[in-house]
Parts: sequence; structure tokens; C-alpha cells
Amino acid sequence: MSTFEERKAGFLAIELDGAGYENLATAVLAAESAGFHAATFKDTPEAGRTNALQRAAFAGPVTRTIAVVPEVDTVYTEPFHVSTQLASLDYVSGGRAGWIATAAESREAAAAVGRSFVQGEALAQEAAASIEVSRRLWDSWEDDAVIRDVATGRYIDVDKLHYADFETPADFAGPAYSVKGPSIIPRPLQGQLPVLAAASLVGEGLVPADAVDAVLVSAPTPELLAAEIRDARARLGASVAIVAELDVVLDSRGQAAELRALTSQESGPARFVGSAADLTELLDSLLQEADGVRLHTAVLDVELEELSRLVLPELRRRGALRPPIQDGTFRDVLGLAPAENRYSTTAAATVAAEK
Amino acid sequence: MTRDIFQPSGQIQFGIFFQGVNSGTIWKAPQAGSQTDFESFRHIAQTAERGKFAAFFLGEGLRLREHLGRPHALDVVGRPDAQTMLAALAAVTKNIGLVATQNTTYNDPADLAHRLSSLDLISGGRAAWNIVTTDNAWTGANFRRGGYLDHADRYKHAEAFVETSKRLWDSWETPTGPARRVHHEGQHYTVDVTPRLLRSAQYRPVLFQAGDSPDGRDFAARQADVIFSAHPKFDDAVEFRRDIVARSIAAGRGASAVQIMPASEFILGATDQEAQEKKAWVRSLQIGPQQAIAYLEQFWGRELSSYDPDGPLPEIDPVVEETSETRGSGFHGAKARQLADQWRAEAKDKGLSIRQFVTSKTARIDSTFTGSYTAVADHLAEYARVGAVDGFNISPWLIPTGLDDIVNHLVPELQERGVYPTEYRGTTLRENLGLETPVRSGEPAHV
Repeated sequence: MSTFEERKAGFLAIELDGAGYENLATAVLAAESAGFHAATFKDTPEAGRTNALQRAAFAGPVTRTIAVVPEVDTVYTEPFHVSTQLASLDYVSGGRAGWIATAAESREAAAAVGRSFVQGEALAQEAAASIEVSRRLWDSWEDDAVIRDVATGRYIDVDKLHYADFETPADFAGPAYSVKGPSIIPRPLQGQLPVLAAASLVGEGLVPADAVDAVLVSAPTPELLAAEIRDARARLGASVAIVAELDVVLDSRGQAAELRALTSQESGPARFVGSAADLTELLDSLLQEADGVRLHTAVLDVELEELSRLVLPELRRRGALRPPIQDGTFRDVLGLAPAENRYSTTAAATVAAEK
Repeated sequence: MTRDIFQPSGQIQFGIFFQGVNSGTIWKAPQAGSQTDFESFRHIAQTAERGKFAAFFLGEGLRLREHLGRPHALDVVGRPDAQTMLAALAAVTKNIGLVATQNTTYNDPADLAHRLSSLDLISGGRAAWNIVTTDNAWTGANFRRGGYLDHADRYKHAEAFVETSKRLWDSWETPTGPARRVHHEGQHYTVDVTPRLLRSAQYRPVLFQAGDSPDGRDFAARQADVIFSAHPKFDDAVEFRRDIVARSIAAGRGASAVQIMPASEFILGATDQEAQEKKAWVRSLQIGPQQAIAYLEQFWGRELSSYDPDGPLPEIDPVVEETSETRGSGFHGAKARQLADQWRAEAKDKGLSIRQFVTSKTARIDSTFTGSYTAVADHLAEYARVGAVDGFNISPWLIPTGLDDIVNHLVPELQERGVYPTEYRGTTLRENLGLETPVRSGEPAHV
């Protein structure tokens, strides 16, 4: 028996929004070589911001290990398109795609597409419906549906394609809709892309916990994060991974972090302002509680340089980080088992044979 | 006015159309690779770029084609979202244009225009949109809004959509901003948005369009930069050019404002004989015995599996009045009984079996260029000389190596003849196609 507890290793994600699109390849490669497990791409409606999913797609072929995880809205988008786009992202990234499902509470977003403004509980309903559509469509082709059987002339086995037949539930607040399927693209390489959402969107009466693989947990200050993480864990159960959100401003190039943290912060994730050594300690303790931490940098290349030089190597030395997996999937990073297919005829046939 | 007189450029260019569906791409040969692996797309796009192709083109179908009520099993099927794939290809290519087929019926202008702008910026000004419309409720079953558009309204709707998109792309005050708010209220949708993105290096995405009806041609003459035409055969191409020039001038645009790139297929060899032999092999793999029967079943509306593919056409009659949309637009709306009579007579007259007959119907007879590299190059040089087309949009029959012989052997022959670019002219698609800076969209469209 070991005399010490095995140390829990977590993963680190970095929000690459600051890279824009012109320096995207450089930034995502720097994040990958620094040892980040995932890069995320914001899709908030700010001037100059290109589509997050496309930035993630661009990052796919230039990298090999880092997961690429865009935000995609569920309220003012077509779930069928979202599903196809995310499945395609999984193909262009070799199985390293994930999805941060968001629910835009925005009058501007509604007006842009001529829809009614959605707020309150209806937001979670929209998110839940869109996630369910994607999950069904991703399963609507079984993994071995493309058979290329020359003898019978069949490219696909139609018995391994399934209609999604999604319908919004009876209590759906917005206009009801349905999605027929099957998907127009075969099953994603990961089977199911990992789905992440803000913890505030997930739980009883919201997006069901079993619809997501991970939640993003925020707190007003770094000191309050641990308690929030424990709360979310207790509320959502062990099957949902917890990712803590942290804003970082570091001492850099002889300039103190306090002086660099000029923008006042009214909302958003807990903010750490200080030295690389203190951040290392904070991350080390957070990774004992959470499965992962996502970092939002004040200035991407400045913080990324410090993180890469001083923080990640030390965390690795301490065994706080999961080793990156060459040619691994995002599911591997999250420690998820291979995704079973809800429509699998192979599994059904096996069950029938056992009876 | 000189802009009203068409001047041949003396040049042709190539685009590549990665189809991803239909019988045109063979899958039964050992050389046939994956239709979904990124490496297949990368190989095709990088080969095309090595051959100085102007554009890489992806199609879109928003519902899987069906056969007698179930997904159609016999052809290549299952393809990625066009813009997602093109954003990824932007990272591994430098010059080639990236053309996404996107539907005006099942998208919102603000969202689609934003994503196309986004692709245009990410790729450094290489994006294009191939505008298509769908009006059937069968496809609508995959979308929130369902089927809502009447067939007669499709171009009206599409044009309002395109004009709104142009206003969104042209909303910048100066190249560094800000953008103006755009408001549109139409029959089918309203848009009220201040665009987030400013103009790209090519101002806005290049517009492709493929409509062939008189309405479709007028739509293209008013709105498009390039027509993806169905008229590759020489005389037909010349006639189509004449027609489009007239329509462009009538629409108040110059004679050369709209370029023409017909769909095409190339089956090449070192000698004409080698190419002819290859063609027989390609055709036998495109339309196998099962595909031949299934093709007829689509029009007969009933199972015909008891018929011999090498025998005559079925003597029994179709059980449907009119063919449905479920196998794709090319099959839609045929008068089944009348067609069956006509086909039986035609097959009997020419002495064709089911398989031979279906091959003759489906093979892109007019759009296939078969022959030695030199013979085909001579033929294409003639198109360039008279300005019959601006280029060809090539559908390779083999993925991922289907462009290799074109780029290795045909392109150098064309370059020697001085009718094909030896370098990219610039970095944007608009520059490489030789299109003018677009006229900025002004006032709102009234629909």
C-alpha cells in the first residue's frame, strides 16, 4: 500500500480570443507547445470578432494534440447546421473538437435574425433542445455505416442510418420545432463531441446534467472558486467534469501585474493578479478540486510566454497536469469512455443474442 | 460603350468541385480513398493549388437523398459542412479560392453573411459563396422553420437575401470601421443588425450561382460574379456566353462582369486510346448494375430488382404520377409515365440495355473531356481563344488523387499554349479571377 495519496492530475485550457484571426496559427501552436490541453474560442458579439467555430477549424490542421473548442450559440442558430458544423470540426481536427454550448441572452442577437427575444428559463430549454438535436444527429450514422461493399454495390448500410426524429418537448417556451435527420455527415470521429456549458445553465430544471460532459464554474474571486467547484460537484454529480474559470494577469518583462491590470473588472471570471510562482500555487490547489482550469489572459502573447516558461513546467514537474496524448482525442483529455451509440444495431443485436 | 462589348481574355482557369455525393465519384476501385478524412481534402486542395487552380468548391445538400423511402445506399454520401472544411483548408493553402455552397432558404442573412465574412477574413480574401435555394418541405423537416417557401418565390426570396447580404458586407464607413446598422424587412424575414466585421482584402465574398432557367440566368446576371454553368460543350458554351452577356448588359453591368465556369469532368491519358479505355472503366464503376436498376426505380416509383440490368427496360409502368424531390433536384418533377414510354422507345431504338441506357443518361456526356493531354489541351485552347468560357469547374471522378494527372500533365500543356496562368495574379480570389472591385451596395432592397 502506498504511503501517500496518488496525486490528482488535471488539464489546462486557454481562451485564444485575443489571437483574433491574423495570428491564430502562431497562437494556437504556442499554446500547444506550452502544453495546454485545450484551446477555446469565444463567440461574443464584439466588433471584429470572426466566427469562433471557423477559427477552431482553422486551428485544427495546424496542431496535433491540443483540443479545439469553440463557443456556439444554441438560441439563434439552426440546430441542424450547428450539429453538422461541429461534426465537421471533429473531422478537420482529427477528433480533437469540443463544444461550449452557450445560450445568448441578447436582444441584438434576436433582432439580427428576426426572432423573438428569449430570456429566463427558456434559454436553458433552447440549449437543452439544441444539444439533444446534435447528440441524436451525431449518433444517426453508426460508426460502421460506410461499408463500401462492392459485391452488393452498397456504399452505406442503410440499416445503420437512423432518423433523429427530434421534437421539442410539450412545455417548450419558444416556437416548437422538429428535426428529422439523419445527419448529412457520418458520425464524428469521437462519436460524440464533448459538450461543455456554463454551470449556471446546467442542473435541475435547466440543461440536464447528463446532457453535458463538463461545466464551466465561475466565482467572483479566486478564493471563492474552490467552494463553487465543490458546490457544482455536489449538485451535478461525479459524471460531469468541472472546469474552473480564471482570469490571469502576470508580472511580465519587469512590469508588475498590478500595473498591467488596468482594466477594472465588473463581471467575468475570478481574476488572479500576481507572480507566476503564486499562480502556480493557485492552479496546483485548484487542480486538486477541479478536473481542469480554463485561463483567460489579459494580453495573450504576454501571459502565454510567462505561462509557458514558468507556470506549466512547474505544474508538470509536480505531476499536477495530465500528460498530453499524442494524436489523442478531446474525450481522452477529459477521461471519457468511448461514446456508445444510442441507435446502435450492433449493440441491440448482441443483447438479443444473449437473451 | 466598350464595357458593353465582350472581349475574350484568351485565358481559361480551373476550379475543383469536391462533390461528396452522387455516382460521379467512384468508390469501388481500390484507389478510391476516404470521402471524409481531412487528408483527402488537403490532398485535393494542395494539388489544385500546385496547378494554380482559381477555386476549391464544396457542395451542400441539407437532407440525405432517399430511395424508395430510405437513404440512398449505392452512391458516395456524407460530407462535411462547407464553411467549416474551408476554414480548415485556409490554414493549409495560400492562394486558392474557397467556395462554399450555402442555401438561402435555411439560413438567416445576418448569420450567413457573418460566417462568409468570417471565412473571407480568415482566408485573407479567398472566400466565395455559391448561392442555392431549396423550396421543398422535405428538406425543411431538418430545420426550425420547416418548409415555407413556394417554388415560384424562390428566386425572389434568394435575391432579397443576397441583396441584404451585400448591404451587410458593404456596411463599413471606412476600411477600419465603423459599420452601419442594416435593417431589412421582407416577406420571409427581418434583419436588424450592425455587422461585426469590416471588409476583407477582396471587399466581400465572390458570388457564384448555378441557376439555368431564364429567371435563374437573370438572377445571376444581376447578382453573381461567376456562373457555375451546365453548358460545357463548345457550341452550347458559346451560345450560353452570348445569352449571359446580353442579360448582364441588360442588368446594367458590363459584358464581362459575369464569368462562366461550366461543370466538367476530365478523363485523360497519354494517348487518346488510353483515355478511351480509362473512360470505359470509369463509367463501369460510376454506374454499376445496382445503380442502374435503382435509377429506374426512382422514376418508376417501385422495386425493379427482378429486372436484368443487362436486359431491356421494364415493360411494366411506373406507379407514380410524378417523381419526388427525395433523390435530389435533378430527379424532381418528371412525368413518370410519359418518361417511361419515351425511354423505352429510345432504348429500343438504340439497342441499349438498362445499364447502357442509364449510363448514357447519367454520364456527363456533354461535360466530359476525354482524350490525350495534348488533344484536350488543343480543344480547351479553342475555348480560350473565342472566350466561350472563363474556365472549368472540374469534378474529379476519383478522390483523393483525381486531380494528379490534370495538374501534372494537362496544366503544363495549357501553360505552354499560353492559355492558362503560370502564377497566381494576387492573393485574393477576386484578383485571381480577374474580377473588378465590386460596386458598393447602396439602398435597401424592396421585397
